[in-house]
Amino acid sequence: MNMHTQPQRTPAETALIDAFGERLSLLPGDGAVMLKRDDAIEAIKHGLPTRRVESWHYTDLRRLLNAVPDFDPAAAVKAIAPIVEGSAVLAVLNGVSSTKVPAVEGVTVQRLSEKLIDGSIAPGLDPYGSDDAIGALNTAFVADGYFVDIADGVELDKPIELQNLQAGGQTHVRLPLRVGAGAKAVIVERQTGDGAALVSSVSQLVLGEGAEVTWLIVQEQPETATHLAQFKAHIGKNAKLTLFVMNAGGKLVRQEIMVKTTGEGADFKLRGINLLAGDTHSDVTMVLDHTVPHTTSTEVIRNVVTGKARGVFQGRINVHQYAQKTNAKMACNTLLLSDDGEFSTKPELEIFADDVVCGHGATVTEIDHDHLFYLMARGIDEKSARGLLVKAFVAEVIEELDDETIVEALEARLDDWFVAHG
Amino acid sequence: MLEIRNLHARIVDDGTEIIRGLNLTVKAGEVAAIMGPNGSGKSTLSYILAGREDYEVTEGDILYNGRSILGMDPAERATSGIFLAFQYPMEIPGVATMEFLKVAMNEQRKARGEEPLKIPEFLKRVKEAAASLSMDMAMLKRPLNVGFSGGEKKRAEILQMKLLEPKLCVLDETDSGLDIDALKIVSDGVNALRTPDRAFLVITHYQRLLEHIVPDSVHVLYKGQVIKSGDKSLALDLEANGYAGVIGEAA
Repeated sequence: MNMHTQPQRTPAETALIDAFGERLSLLPGDGAVMLKRDDAIEAIKHGLPTRRVESWHYTDLRRLLNAVPDFDPAAAVKAIAPIVEGSAVLAVLNGVSSTKVPAVEGVTVQRLSEKLIDGSIAPGLDPYGSDDAIGALNTAFVADGYFVDIADGVELDKPIELQNLQAGGQTHVRLPLRVGAGAKAVIVERQTGDGAALVSSVSQLVLGEGAEVTWLIVQEQPETATHLAQFKAHIGKNAKLTLFVMNAGGKLVRQEIMVKTTGEGADFKLRGINLLAGDTHSDVTMVLDHTVPHTTSTEVIRNVVTGKARGVFQGRINVHQYAQKTNAKMACNTLLLSDDGEFSTKPELEIFADDVVCGHGATVTEIDHDHLFYLMARGIDEKSARGLLVKAFVAEVIEELDDETIVEALEARLDDWFVAHG
Repeated sequence: MLEIRNLHARIVDDGTEIIRGLNLTVKAGEVAAIMGPNGSGKSTLSYILAGREDYEVTEGDILYNGRSILGMDPAERATSGIFLAFQYPMEIPGVATMEFLKVAMNEQRKARGEEPLKIPEFLKRVKEAAASLSMDMAMLKRPLNVGFSGGEKKRAEILQMKLLEPKLCVLDETDSGLDIDALKIVSDGVNALRTPDRAFLVITHYQRLLEHIVPDSVHVLYKGQVIKSGDKSLALDLEANGYAGVIGEAA
C-alpha cells in the first residue's frame, strides 16, 4: 500500500472504511482470519494507490475508483450456461457460494466461507507486498467462494467452470485451487454480472508435480462495473500452466497475475486478449518469478482498442539468481482502432542469472490497408472486412490453445463482443 | 462491357501521374491482353479498375456495362462482377481461408439476391474448384495465403475467381512466378471460365502466357496510354522485336 498517508480520504476510501465497520459482524472468519482483515483495512486506511506508486502508475486507483456501491445482499442472480457444454459449474451468486455443488470424481469442493470460519485459509490471505491494494481489499471483505482440490493423478474430461456473478453492490470472492501431482484439468473462471458492482476476486492455484492446467479467465462485466482481480499461481516441478485471459468488459478493470515457477521443468504460458471499448480503463499486470533453474515461459497479449478506451499491460519477469537456463519471451501487440483510444505497455525484465534467454517486444498498429483492400476486392464490405481483420488479430492467440472445444467456446465469446461493439 | 475513356490517374501520396489519357474497350466474351514495358502503368490500371484508394482518377471515366464505377468502393465493384487476380496476393494471418471464401461467396450471392450457400454445397464447390486446379484441400485449412508459395498464391487467386464467378476478370501478371506446369494448370483454369458473357483483361509481360490463354485483342500500354492495338499477332511481333519498334511508331 501507499507509504504516504493521504491528506484527505476520497469518497471511495471513506465508503470502503465505513462499509468494513458495518460488515464486520457479518464477515466469516476465526481469530486468525479476523486479524488479517484488520491488517488489510489498516492498509486501505493509508489510502488507495496513486500513480506515484510504480506498479499503479498507469492505473491511478485513488483517482479512478470514484464510487463504491453499498452491499446489496437481497440482489438476485442466476447461474449461467457454461462456455463449454457439460462443464461442472461452481457458481458464486452475488458473492455467495452454493451448498449444492456437482459431484466430480477426484474433486473435493468446499465453500470458502467454511474455510474462513475454521481459519484454514488464513495463511493464504496475506497481501502480496505493500502495494497490493486488490489483495488487501479482498482480504478485508472476502466472504465466500470455493476451495477446490483435484486429487493426484485425476484427469478431468470436462472443464470446471467457476462463475462469479455479481448483481450490483459489492462482491468479494476467493477461489483457491489445488491441483495434485500428475492431474490434468481445464478451469474456466467466468467474471460477469449485470450491475454497477465493485468486484474483487482472487484466484489462487497450486500445481503439483507434473500437473497440467489450462485456466481461462473470461471477464465480461458490464461497462458500469469495477472489476479488481488477481490470479496467483505456483507451478511445481515439470508442471504446465496455460493461462488465457479475455477481458471484454468492465468500466475499471485491473487483472493482476502473479506466477512463480517453483520446480524445475515448470512451464508457464500466458495468452491474453483485451477487447476494449467505450469510456473504460483496463489493466493487465503480470509479475512472473522464475525462481528455479530450467523453467520456461511465454507471454502473448493482443489488444483491440476502440472508442475512448484506455488499456495497460505491465509485464514484469524476474529471473532469480539461481534460475539459470530460464527461457522467457513476452510480446504485446495492440490494434488501435480509434483516435481517442490509448494503450500503455510496460515490459520489465529483471535478471539476476547469467545464463538465460529472455526477450520482449511491443507493437501498436492500425488496420493494414493492403489487407483491407484485398478483402474488399473480393466483395466483402468495409465493415465486415474490418471485422474479419480485427477478429483475425486476436483469434490467432485463441487458436493457439489447440483444443477445438475451447477454441470454439472462446470464439463464440469473441463474436458476442464484436456483435456488441463491431 | 468495359469502356475506359480518356482516363487520367495519379498516385494520391505524391501526385505522380501514371495513367495519361488511356482509352480501351473490351466486349463481353473478349479476352484482351495488355502488354507493355515495366512502368507503363499496367498494374496501376488493374488497381484502378479494382478501386484501390492509393490512386485518384483526375479525368475521364470507366464504364462497366454502361455505368461509371468511379464512385464505387472495391467491395461494390467486386459484387457487381469485377475481379482482380493480384500479382502479389496478400498473406492475411488469422483469417481462415475457408471462412474467407464462404463470406466472399455469400457477399456475391447477397448482391444477386440469392440465399447464402448451405455448408455442404459450399464445401462441394470449393472441393471441385480446388481439384480442377490441382490444389490440396489441406492448403485451404491454413490462414489466407499464409505460407503459400508464389505459385500456390496464383492458383488460390484463380480458385477464388472460379468460386466468385465474376463477369470481368482482370489478371495482373498471373504468369509471374509460375513454372511451366503451374502455368498450364492456371491457364486451363482461366480458359474453362471463358464464356460469351464474361470478359478478361490479361496483363502480362510475356507472350508465353498468351500461348495458353489466346487473346482476341492485344493492346500495348506505354506511359499510361494504349499506343497500339491489334490481334494476337501483335503479341508475337512484340515477342520477336521488342517494344522499341512500337514505341518508335507511336512517338
